[in-house]
Parts: sequence; structure tokens; C-alpha cells
Amino acid sequence: MKALRSIPSTAILWIVALLYLIPVAWFVLSSFKPGSELFSLPLRLFPQDWTVSGYVTAWTRFDFSRYFFNTATVAIITTILTVLVSAMTGYAFAKYKAWWLKAFFICILATTMLPTEVIMPSSFIVVRNVGLFNTLAGIIVPSILTATGIFMFRQYFSTVPDELLEAARIDGLGEFRLFWLIMLPLARPIAVVLAIFSFQWRWNDYIWPLIILTDPKNYTLQVALRSIVGADNIDWSVLLGASVISLIPMVILFIVFQRQIVNADINSGLKD
Amino acid sequence: MSAPTQLPVATPIADAPRRRPRTTRRSQLVAPAILISVAIVLFALFFVWPGALAVMYSFTDYRGVGSRFNFIGFQNYTRLFADDAFYASLGRTLLYTVLAVPAHYVVSLAVAVLLTSSLAKGKTSARVVFFLPWLISPIVAGVIWRWLFGENFGLVNYLIAAMGGQGIRWETDATAALLLIVIVGTWGSTAFNMLLFVAAIRNIPRSYLEAAEIDGANAWQRFRRITLPLLAPTSFMVILLTTIGSMKEFAMIQALNGGGPGTQNMFIVQYIYRTGFERANIGYASAASMILMLILVVIALIQLRFDRNRDLS
Repeated sequence: MKALRSIPSTAILWIVALLYLIPVAWFVLSSFKPGSELFSLPLRLFPQDWTVSGYVTAWTRFDFSRYFFNTATVAIITTILTVLVSAMTGYAFAKYKAWWLKAFFICILATTMLPTEVIMPSSFIVVRNVGLFNTLAGIIVPSILTATGIFMFRQYFSTVPDELLEAARIDGLGEFRLFWLIMLPLARPIAVVLAIFSFQWRWNDYIWPLIILTDPKNYTLQVALRSIVGADNIDWSVLLGASVISLIPMVILFIVFQRQIVNADINSGLKD
Repeated sequence: MSAPTQLPVATPIADAPRRRPRTTRRSQLVAPAILISVAIVLFALFFVWPGALAVMYSFTDYRGVGSRFNFIGFQNYTRLFADDAFYASLGRTLLYTVLAVPAHYVVSLAVAVLLTSSLAKGKTSARVVFFLPWLISPIVAGVIWRWLFGENFGLVNYLIAAMGGQGIRWETDATAALLLIVIVGTWGSTAFNMLLFVAAIRNIPRSYLEAAEIDGANAWQRFRRITLPLLAPTSFMVILLTTIGSMKEFAMIQALNGGGPGTQNMFIVQYIYRTGFERANIGYASAASMILMLILVVIALIQLRFDRNRDLS
């Protein structure tokens, strides 16, 4: 009886899931077709003659190894700095009391209302004036501060009992050693979740690299992909291969951290 | 963004010990100041400064090179209000937002309900499938759907033609292109919104639903009368985030159709990018930025107002 009743729900669930899966499946399978087969009718789901020539061309002709390396550098460095700065700021918000902390907290809250896209032209001027135009640092430094990360740590640290801090202080631990030796290791689960999210934001970011990087040598994957797809004659064979390559690190990240991502206790504003 | 930078170190020392006389030492005021100092510098550099500059540039004819510009009063704004291309992109963005917000909301809620249903089988694998788009960047999402919905070469039109239909002009018809943007946006945002809904649905006490079932409420009534009202805070957040997200949609469209056909689906951020960077008209683009910022603030205030009213009732 129960099995029979579950049929409609299961069917709907999987029909919808297939609708989500088909675009990706079609895209990945097409990337293994040779250029001649991409447009030949009738279209077939599976390649008749599997090849990785699109991947090879993308990796060699378009200097993709360099873009890959640039993107990885930006994503990793920014993520480390984001976790550190968010932990420090969130901890200060959670465990110290002063009017200026409250005031700054409201400022951080306000940044969620002001996405980069909105002040794109002047953000570009600021990065140029600071001397970071057309460098990877120019997309790392402005991306470190995230309200989401700060909120996550603030929430986590506010659940840590004050008695723990008092005890450590009585034992003679200074404020910074208290933070570094006790509080930061305590917050490891949150640090992992934020690191995953931050890496995803930076790996997939388009707007900062677009306005800051002009020299193709500094391109990240997203800007490089956009330059292929924006061409008058799109080379689909290369574009498909290149796009799949750009997904690989995210897929690995997901496989490794699947449990943390899907069970992430997300609540407020976790979107960058 | 006129919030002043806080330079907090000096003043609070005097009044803090009054409140926490027992534990507060000097170090407990210096420590947080140092802990937040990096964030303050970054906030001042990359939010306050560009915000202030944007306000200033919107009154100038700055072209992005050198540091020479003239203040021209409200000229950028008067020109903007007479600019058909600006109205077209703003109108298109608002139309997209009106279409996208309900689509994102309904679809991600429906997926979350299916994924928490006790009847459906294979939920764990399905969850991975629905999560897949989260891994994919907006640019690659645009590429994937452009490939699927290509007007002359895409699988979708091929299947329509194979069934004897007329292929839809996804690239050359502005309405079809906009519809495609809504579909891709929904596909891309489901993962995140679904996570929020799934977490909220799991927090609903089972006893409520069981009691209603005993009283004879059917599945739809249980959803409509119990689940949906209890999800109100999550719904509010999803709608707010989706509205802001739709207003600044940019990267995915760049790869999907570049705002085409022509400039018919050029949204406001693309308009700002084009005037500011491709035409090097920073002053004029900043004026458009100010309008967009104003709209976002108004949206946020309206929605906060709704939220407050709901809390009171």
C-alpha cells in the first residue's frame, strides 16, 4: 500500500530531476564528440566516435593552463584571507561589547544591500587608484570582506559560553592567544563551510575579473570562457571542452565535501 | 552608502567600565578594535570609497582617464531620464524580475517539498542532481543552455522539429529569449533556495502535520494551512534575495545571448557596464548606478515593511 502511494511523488520528483540533469548531460556528452559530429543530423545523445580533441585544443591553444592557474591562485588566497578576516570580525562582534562594534555591524549589514555590480564603475576607479589594476591582487583584495562570512562566525561564536573565555583569562591567556589558540580551532566546522562557499564564489566569479583584468595573461577561467562565447563565430568544440574543464575543481570539491555542503546549516544571506 | 568610517579606538575606553566594571580591562577594548581593523580598512576602501565616488561621479563628466573632470550638476540625470535605452533596459530588468521571482520561488519550494516528502523514493540521489547547478558558474550555465537551445543547432529545436513542430526562435525573438533567461535563472538558483526551504521544512514539528492528518486534512490542506505559513520567514528571505539577484542579473546573460537579440534584452547592469566601460563614460554610468541603488534600497525597505507587518499580526 505504502509502495503504491509512493509512485506519484517518486515519479514527479524524478521527472523534475531529469529536467535539471538533461542540459548538463547533453553538454558533457557533446564535449566528447568530434567537431564534425556536433552539428550533423540526426543529433545523437551519445558520441559515435568518442574523442577528447576539444579538450586538448582548449588546454593548449587557448593557454587554459594559465587561466586555470590564475583562477586557482585567486580562489585559494582569497578563501584563506576571507576565513581569517571573517573569523576575527565575527568573533569581535560576538564576544565584545561596545557601541562602535554595533555601529560597524550595521555597516557590514548595509554592504549586503550594495553588491559590486551596482557600483561597478567607481569600484574599478578605486582599484586603479590603489594600484592594483590588471593584477590578480586587484580581484583578491576587494573580495576578502563578506558579510555572509562575518555573520556565520558571529552566530557560531555567540553560542560559545562566556565562562570558557573567563576561565581562559583567569588562567592568564591574553586576548589574542585566546582567540588564536582556543576560539579559532573551536570554530573549525564553520571555517570549513565558509571556505567551501568562498572557493565557489571566487572560482565562479565573473564581475571583478571582468572589470579589473585587461591583459589576457591574467585572465581567469570565467573571463576566458566569456571571450570564447562572445566571439562572432563560436568554436563550439573548444568552448564545450573548456567549459567542462572549468567545472572539474568544483566537482571534486563537491565530492569531497558533499556532506558539509548539503547539510550546511545555512540561514541568513548566504549568497554572494 | 554614506556611512562614515568608524575610528573607534579612543572614545569608548571612558564609558565602557561603567557597564562591565568587573571584567572589563583595557585589553578587552583594544583587542576587538584590532580584530576588526582589517575589516574596517576593507570596508572603507571597497564600499565607502566607491560608494562616495559613485555619488560624486554621477555629477561629473568623468571619462575614466586621468583625474580631470568637470562638475556638470544634474546633467547626467536629466540626460538619463530622456534616454530611451536606459528606460528600455530598466523596464526589461523589472519585467524579468516580475517573471523570475515567482518562478524561482515556486520551483524551489516545490523541489524542497518533494525532497522532504516521506513518500518519494531516491531522495538522496535526486538531491545531488538538484544541487549540480550550484557548482556551475553563471558563464558556464549560459554556455550549457545556449548549446541546448541553439536556434539552428540545439537539441530542443531539433526535437520540436522531429515531432513536426516549428522550432522556436530562442535567439532572434526577444520574448522567447527572455523566457529562456527566466528558465536558466530558475535552474541555476534552485539549489540554494531549495537548501533554505529543506532546512526550514525539517524544522516544522511533525506533530502539527500528524494532528492535522488525524483531523482529516488532505496533503494540499496540510501544506496550505500548516507548512506554508510556518515557512513565511524563509519565503520572505528567498523572495528578497531573488529580487535583488534578478535586478543585478548579468554574467549568465552575457554567455547565454549577450542581451540579444540586438539590445532587446539588455538589463540594467549590462547597460551600466556598457556605458561605463565600453563607452568610457564613468560619470553617466554612475548616475545610472545611483538609480539602480535607489531601486534596490526601496525594494529592501518595502519588503522589510511587509516582514514587520507580518510579525505584528
